Amino acid sequence: MNILSIENVRKVFHNYVALDQASFDVRKGSIFGLLGPNGAGKTTLIRIITGITRADEGQILLDGVPLNTHHPNEIGYMPEERGLYKKMKVAEQLMYLAQLKGMSHDDAKQSIRRWFERLGMQDWWNKKIEELSKGMQQKVQFVATVAHNPKLLILDEPFTGLDPLNADLLKDEIYQLNQQGVSIIFSTHRMEQVEEICNDIVLINKGKILINDSVAAVRNQFKEHKFNISTDRPASDWSLPSGFSADGSVGNVTTFKVESGRHSNELLSYLINQGISIQSFQEVLPGLNEIFIKLVTEASHSQTNVQP
Amino acid sequence: MNKTLLIIKREYVSRVLKKSFLLVTLLTPLGIGLVIFLAGLFAAKGSQSTKRIVVKDESAMLSAKALEGKEITYELSNELLDSLKKNYVDKGYDILVHVPPYSDDTVATHQISYFSKEKLSLLQIEKIEEKMENVFRDYKLEHSTLDKVALKKLDVNVKLENAMLSENNKDAVGDKSSKFSSAIASGLSYGMGFLMYIVIFVFGSMVMRSVMEEKINRIVEVMISSVKPFQLMLGKIIGVGLVGLTQLAIWMIIIPIIITVAGVAMGGPATTPEMAQTTEAIQKIQQENPEVMQVFLKELSSINWALILPVFVIFFLGGYFIYSSLFAAVGSAVGDDLGDSQQLMMPLTIPVILAMVMIPAVFTNPNGPLAVFGSMFPLFSPIIMPARLPFEPPIWQIALSIFFLVAGVIFFTWVAARIYRVGILMYGKKVTFKELGKWMFYKD
Repeated sequence: MNILSIENVRKVFHNYVALDQASFDVRKGSIFGLLGPNGAGKTTLIRIITGITRADEGQILLDGVPLNTHHPNEIGYMPEERGLYKKMKVAEQLMYLAQLKGMSHDDAKQSIRRWFERLGMQDWWNKKIEELSKGMQQKVQFVATVAHNPKLLILDEPFTGLDPLNADLLKDEIYQLNQQGVSIIFSTHRMEQVEEICNDIVLINKGKILINDSVAAVRNQFKEHKFNISTDRPASDWSLPSGFSADGSVGNVTTFKVESGRHSNELLSYLINQGISIQSFQEVLPGLNEIFIKLVTEASHSQTNVQP
Repeated sequence: MNKTLLIIKREYVSRVLKKSFLLVTLLTPLGIGLVIFLAGLFAAKGSQSTKRIVVKDESAMLSAKALEGKEITYELSNELLDSLKKNYVDKGYDILVHVPPYSDDTVATHQISYFSKEKLSLLQIEKIEEKMENVFRDYKLEHSTLDKVALKKLDVNVKLENAMLSENNKDAVGDKSSKFSSAIASGLSYGMGFLMYIVIFVFGSMVMRSVMEEKINRIVEVMISSVKPFQLMLGKIIGVGLVGLTQLAIWMIIIPIIITVAGVAMGGPATTPEMAQTTEAIQKIQQENPEVMQVFLKELSSINWALILPVFVIFFLGGYFIYSSLFAAVGSAVGDDLGDSQQLMMPLTIPVILAMVMIPAVFTNPNGPLAVFGSMFPLFSPIIMPARLPFEPPIWQIALSIFFLVAGVIFFTWVAARIYRVGILMYGKKVTFKELGKWMFYKD
């Protein structure tokens, strides 16, 4: 079951194609990474999902239903550029935003109370936004995004500007929400976060979808058959048999590549026969960062500019 | 609750509860009250000039009777000038006027001089000059062969009265009103035009600033992921408009109270002799010209308020809507550079100022082509039509003007909304008018 289905979405801005036949699904209850270089069309896509703009072609299903005017109430969106009314009091501000998402006054109050307790913000109720530190403002912004109990959370670079402590806190809250069944879309450039947090990813470049799969599958797809092996003696004491090429070594750990037609187990039996004892053996999967850079550079070489 | 209503509520409440709103709303009438009070006080001080003047007439041509006056008492003295110069103050006089020997009737300009401890004001000098001119004239007249009665007959005073039948009721007896009525109409006309001008600029730029603030704060993206840009713009315009109406309503209640209080403070129990004198002076004017007040009240009540007030309200709202939505569009286009806003505001300030410049032409010729054109074009009509109303323009013109106004409100709000929805999400671009034109045709 998908919380969100993007089907052949196309968006053209007067002289360039922001999104070109983009299609992908976001599984219900997943944490989904929306990746892409600057200007790839991520923000346009998010704005279409949140109802800020409309797609020229294609359709979007939220929980199986084509987007309609009630859907913004079921989505929580935290834009990359955060913003709050500086002169408003924290509670007033959150009440206002929650009510604009269709909550009743009482429900909004209750929900905000709960979040304040959860994040230890009880004392801020009557403070003005401008009196808060940047980190505190970020927390308020997060509550504003989730107070109306959205089914789908869209977070655009949520960790920028947060100190490690607050970033961890936010990460925990995101996991908790996810466990309660909220689907989360992450838009970010920070690949190590994606690897850590996300189940599935989509990589967009110049309005086109380059890849769409689970994080594990993507890494597997791009694996280069590299392994790390550590032995009881320094790497310099023994040499690799033919069909295996070294790819650097540190101390007792050797990285090697298995050439096509060969199997990593052959090396293991070779070493065992040599009397070298093996302490660890591990496949090296490429990081999303490398895959990202590889795919985007390849794409920009092969692609000519798309005309509308 | 409806989302637009929520926005209106926030825009309204957040402004009304601001300290600055309270200060402006309360201090403005107090300021007006203070000005009126001070004006009264100074007037009282000024009329305190019941000066005693001693006149030394070298040729004994003036009689005590001729010198009798209302505000200033003149007394003749036979003492020598030199001794008078020394003792006029001790004798309780304020001014010594010296009239040198009278030479002959052919001289037109007479030099007389005064001695006083303080320099006389222009007004005082003019008063004394006027008195002396009259006295000299009467003296000359008496000693000439001219007949005083015949001369009196030459006095002419023409009063042009308005006998115009009203446009709507041709059988009615012409309402004979004095030129007073035109003066009142002109005053009313200018007053309403000026009020519109103030409303457009003060509240229009309030809307503009608020739009810019949301854009710079970046709250706007959060907002329009919950509501449509048009709802946000409309909510803001209506919210700020209600703030304006609240302020006007408070003033309409407070200002008369303050004026009355200030009036009572001066006219009530005379705590100082100055105040007593002012009241006396006012009463005197009323006693001497009882018709002035009556005519004024009669003219005020003869104005067709039943037509003017509702039509004024329509143009007030229409004008506010047109201009504040355009100001919102400008605010959305500017972003954080205030210098740009000046340039983009130009096309809004020009029609308003042009309309203000047209008002005098409107009361010299309330049904002339300029006035008719001005009251049809929706960017001018919110100022020009109220200015024409006291002169009772034809009903069909009012109706047509309202039709164009409503069309204008729909058109300009639409244009503004098209620009606004693109502008609020556009950052870091210097906006030209050509760009704004393009935005109108962007797809959603």
